[in-house]
Amino acid sequence: MHVNSESFIQDSTVAVQNKTLQTRLRVLTGFTVKRNLLFAELPDGEALRDRAREIKEETIGNLDSYLTQLEENVVRLGGTVHWARTGNEARAIVLELARKNNVQRVVKAKSMVTEEIELNEALEQAGIEAVETDLGEYIVQLAHEKPSHILAPAVHKSKGDISELFADKLGVANLKEAEEMTVVARKRLREKFLTADMGVTGANFGVAETGTIVLVENEGNIRLSTSLPRIHVALMGIEKLVPSLDDLAVFLKILARSASGQKMSSYVSLITGARRAGEADGAGEFHLIILDNGRTRILADEEMRESLYCLRCGACLNVCPVYQKIGGHAYGSVYSGPIGSIITPAFAGLEKSKDLPFASTLCGACREICPVRIDIPRILLKLRSDWAEGKHDNAGPPLLEKVAIKLWAFAMRHRIIYNLVFRMPAFLQGPLLEDGKLKRLPFTLGGWTQNRDFPALARRSFRSMWSDEK
Amino acid sequence: MKVSLFITCLVDQFFPEVGMSVVSLLRRLGAEVDFPPDQTCCGQPAFNSGFSSEARDLAKRFIAIFENSEYVVAPSGSCTSMVRVFYPELFRDDPDWHERAESLASRTYEFTEFVVNVLGVEDVGAAYHGKVALHQSCHLLRELNVRTEPQRLLRSVKGIELVELERAEACCGFGGLFSIKYPHISGGILQDKLDSIEKSGAAVVVASDVGCLMHIAGGLSRQSAAATTMHIAELLAKQK
Repeated sequence: MHVNSESFIQDSTVAVQNKTLQTRLRVLTGFTVKRNLLFAELPDGEALRDRAREIKEETIGNLDSYLTQLEENVVRLGGTVHWARTGNEARAIVLELARKNNVQRVVKAKSMVTEEIELNEALEQAGIEAVETDLGEYIVQLAHEKPSHILAPAVHKSKGDISELFADKLGVANLKEAEEMTVVARKRLREKFLTADMGVTGANFGVAETGTIVLVENEGNIRLSTSLPRIHVALMGIEKLVPSLDDLAVFLKILARSASGQKMSSYVSLITGARRAGEADGAGEFHLIILDNGRTRILADEEMRESLYCLRCGACLNVCPVYQKIGGHAYGSVYSGPIGSIITPAFAGLEKSKDLPFASTLCGACREICPVRIDIPRILLKLRSDWAEGKHDNAGPPLLEKVAIKLWAFAMRHRIIYNLVFRMPAFLQGPLLEDGKLKRLPFTLGGWTQNRDFPALARRSFRSMWSDEK
Repeated sequence: MKVSLFITCLVDQFFPEVGMSVVSLLRRLGAEVDFPPDQTCCGQPAFNSGFSSEARDLAKRFIAIFENSEYVVAPSGSCTSMVRVFYPELFRDDPDWHERAESLASRTYEFTEFVVNVLGVEDVGAAYHGKVALHQSCHLLRELNVRTEPQRLLRSVKGIELVELERAEACCGFGGLFSIKYPHISGGILQDKLDSIEKSGAAVVVASDVGCLMHIAGGLSRQSAAATTMHIAELLAKQK
């Protein structure tokens, strides 16, 4: 997976100052408000979340047998299953399928896993036109950008931005209302759907018991991508399995509620094999590519494993105070926000994304809203510990930081030194105080006083007051 | 009932008056209060930075100092969660220390939950005239699951006018060393909190953690805002 998280500090600094972005990001709290209302009125909402987590635990714990079961069922229904260890292998499989079938144009459903493996870039390089058909993804593709939110890929763009983009790229100027822009996009996309040779989708779920691939959406473009072209290729991470249709029902109740604050999304497509003789619609060929790309590594790590339970609903992004300030692009990964901060290091290596686990206040809002209760703060702490202890790819914190922490820990083990560490500056701070506050701190501490005052140390510590009182 | 104060470094060295308020309140409610003088820091900054072995050393030291106490009470949700939630996790692979950590964890309380749930008191006999808003601190809410206790205590204060903060449960952006390492993000999050304080019309913002309060106060004073901050124990200690 390609990541660009090394410039996190610079990119997030620019994002915080971007007024348009800040206004756009506020939109996302609307999802959370609706989500909370819907869960409050769902009588067994909390129990459903517990049940969903149990199902994920069971499935991820026995992934080998469920994957085999899914494969057998897909094959029995006339589909073909391909296994891809890496993003490269998955891209090669799609390209080979395209070559064999003389594919000129691909319509694409919104899919995080195809973003993860950068499928569009591979198709374009092979001279095949790949068109994103989700409105948000279409906008992002026209702008040559990456999605900035798992659910709402173009959330960073204002109506004005999109109007300009459509004028520039589609030659349709002066569009004012969202409805007008949607009509323009729909017309363009309809032509693409009708002339595409291959539809590529992700998969929200794969049902092992029936060999069914489940796709959840609001725009209907995914259903068209799976039914109009001759060939349907679905890409699915190994973790997307559920054992049965009964289990699927549990997830369908919580997914749309968590993702978009809807009871149910407008379309839920259950694709069970390719079109059979006598059936009126559906793709003639169905291929399922099952992708590892680092997931078995996560599976093998007990503390990381639950990050594979993620449904990619995006709810954690919407409540994250950090995401709300910096948006998705600053993370430098298609997986942004709290979930991105734990899976990006797992996929791409901590040395390439070392800021992500640290750029969190550990406030816990993500865990509270996660439909399957992934303990994201705990995993962030685990990654911080891996980093500090040099467990990850021989990378680690700078020597100065290590020495500082060790000195500090030494001081804290001796109450006399502890007290001196604070009392000496308390004795010396006088001349630096303005209105009883410190307005400028030295060294790294200066980060604080960039935009906040720092309190003065007390003239007397609590412990000295206490011993006087006694 | 004997209560050992876990005063926390910030209260000890920056805000001793918060500690004095806790002492006077606990005494007023009939507890016998002591202060183990060997205590320093619980190790949270090291733990949150990923330095688990340094955190473990400090945790062992802390456990040894407090393990004979009947109750341990701290004026901080964050430092309490370090002891109650994270100490047992730090010793996952060390059965002896894990047991000692669990035992201490079961007797360690944040101040407001101790007053409401252990002492069984909601009206501490406080009086305060003014517009007050409560900021819910993250670790108190989401690590200790203490959700209503601070409000219940505040509602019983005579003369108080409680106002709601918009998104009262949202983080203030402090996050310990996060506030220094990523000041632009931390300050950005804080701005939303400052805006909601201004909108609420509160004269005083109270919280259960001096960490959040020093962060909010730092923003309020830098922007010369009218509102000030106070630890919930200071407000509850006021009598007329």
